[in-house]
Amino acid sequence: MESASNIPETPNAPATGTDASDDGPLLAVHGLTKLFPVGGSPFRKPSSFIHAVDDVSFQLGHGESLGLVGESGCGKTTVGKLLVKLLEPTDGKILFRFAGDPVDTETGAPWDPAAMRGRQLRSFRRRVQMIFQDPYESMNPRRTIYDIISEPLSVQGMGDVQYRVDRVLEILTLVGLTPAGAFLFRHPHELSGGQRQRVAIARALVIRPSFVVADEPTSMLDVSSRTGVMSLMQDLASELGVAYLYVTHDLAVARYMCHRIAVMYLGKVVELAETEELLRNPLHPYTKALLSAVPLPDPGSRREPPDIRGDLATPIDPPTRCRFYERCPAATAHCLNHPHPLLEEKSPGHLVACYEV
Amino acid sequence: MTDRRDPLLKVEGLSLSYQTRQGELQAIRDVSFELARGSALGLVGESGCGKTSVANCLMRLLPDSARLSAGRVLLDGQDILLLTEEEMRLLRWRRISMVFQAAMNVLDPVYRVGQQIVEAIETHGVESTEPAARERVARLFRLVGLDPKLTEHYPHEFSGGMRQRAVIAMALSCDPDLMIADEPTTALDVIVQDRILRELKDIQQQLAMSLIYISHDIAVVAEVTDVVGVMYAGRLVEMGDTADVFRAPAHPYTAALMSSFPSISGERRPLISLPGEPPNLSDPPQGCPFHPRCAYATDVCRVEYPPEVRAGSHRAACWHPLDATLVPQG
Repeated sequence: MESASNIPETPNAPATGTDASDDGPLLAVHGLTKLFPVGGSPFRKPSSFIHAVDDVSFQLGHGESLGLVGESGCGKTTVGKLLVKLLEPTDGKILFRFAGDPVDTETGAPWDPAAMRGRQLRSFRRRVQMIFQDPYESMNPRRTIYDIISEPLSVQGMGDVQYRVDRVLEILTLVGLTPAGAFLFRHPHELSGGQRQRVAIARALVIRPSFVVADEPTSMLDVSSRTGVMSLMQDLASELGVAYLYVTHDLAVARYMCHRIAVMYLGKVVELAETEELLRNPLHPYTKALLSAVPLPDPGSRREPPDIRGDLATPIDPPTRCRFYERCPAATAHCLNHPHPLLEEKSPGHLVACYEV
Repeated sequence: MTDRRDPLLKVEGLSLSYQTRQGELQAIRDVSFELARGSALGLVGESGCGKTSVANCLMRLLPDSARLSAGRVLLDGQDILLLTEEEMRLLRWRRISMVFQAAMNVLDPVYRVGQQIVEAIETHGVESTEPAARERVARLFRLVGLDPKLTEHYPHEFSGGMRQRAVIAMALSCDPDLMIADEPTTALDVIVQDRILRELKDIQQQLAMSLIYISHDIAVVAEVTDVVGVMYAGRLVEMGDTADVFRAPAHPYTAALMSSFPSISGERRPLISLPGEPPNLSDPPQGCPFHPRCAYATDVCRVEYPPEVRAGSHRAACWHPLDATLVPQG
């Protein structure tokens, strides 16, 4: 694997379209909600719902990287799947304004995944891609690396065979799998985990999307290949102008990958701030607990135990009060008797959902 | 009677290979270390470096394809590699217990959690009567931070963190001298991980039990262990007091592991990625196995395996140690 600094510059990197950012952010999410029914049957309506994502709003700039962190079950992966239309939202609005073509040619309005069908949807998928967590399961073992990476091109009907071979060779070089020709006709099982995740990145980026959801792309990798993949994703973001939603449970990884971090707890975004600001000055009690639970690679340091009670509550029909109430060290009677607090700006760019901040 | 000052465990020149269709895979090569009573040893390295194979040797849980080609594993001076299977069965859990990586799958889904631990206690004759065994399980549950009422529950009623605690309680049930924990918190969220690590550390110190903690996460190892061993391609390439190794790593591989590890504390320093891939253990490179990826490699590294360099208890196998106070012995 090549280290990031050895990745050659792409000769024909597309312009990031700075002019388009005048029209607004790449992505605006308003009140996004996803409920999964529990129980029920064809003859009986489900009586309860898992509130996987509950009234989530945020924006993402062109070429920006936003980290979505939280414990398992907090809804972070569901947000990612909703944005790329692998799931349909129960409620809320998702609007994209891509660089170069901020409005959908069919409707003349910003791209709205909820309204898309057929040709429009295919056109949307050319701009929005996803990288999955497990490079061992996200690829068909019978197909060659060329088949895997060129599939988005053939689905999109882009170019002839020669064009596709050229693009695959180009992207393989870009992700550090060199000599590219030697990888074309190999199968996934012949590659290491780090190399496979590079193939997954190549597959997502070969059609030059504007936005990529990366769902824990490095959590299955060993330390030495993880760093390589992380710096590769960063370099490609700046070269190709890709914006990421980076879903991870690892705050240290998010620190290196993301401009801003949003912390989720039980379907809600409880805090959102610029990365270093969030790490240095966490305001929400949950963020504080999460940060103080991260082990430090320094044998001399002594961490205080995180200030948090009990275990993760169930996301099935949660009470309307603050989701964090049961576990919160700062909870008051006010928190008990009021609905979940709104995400509000406490200092410039630093948003928190807590009555006690 | 054994002397309390003697090391509990002494591993000498251990070598293990697996027979595969691609030929002989050298999983462990000439690994030696000692573990003091009541001390916690960390084994770190990337997947395939041999750290889990070392644990499996200590428990003598090896598949048929495995071949122990050399070495001794001395527990209080007795070579456990020479024991019969029956003798080994009595020693497991009673003297050495293990918490496995996939601890979620260790518990039998159709028995109550408490009952499974009671059985382990009775099988090894630690308590003679069932009420005494039950009382012991309740004590163990309190020790690992579980409500003793939960002994009557089934595994599926437990969360991941609770199951992991129950498995640790089980591993503690026969008062072992040594507990091996193989990535026990890798599948858990940080807050749960933090609680379990604190409890594990507390219990280890309370019971003066020895611990071998296997992980790829160097931050966890930094917090839990007193001594750390770094493995690469089946070799133990560096070992020493955890504080010494983290402060001044001597082997370039150890240094590379540390500089590629992201942390949330301190300044945001650049991460340095290690070029290349770990070697194929069916056909390891000649000389030092790390030389193809090493920035300091010279001709001698490509030909001959490096001698051991030492400073006190800190040792490394490298021709060009980064810490010059480490020198060849003899």
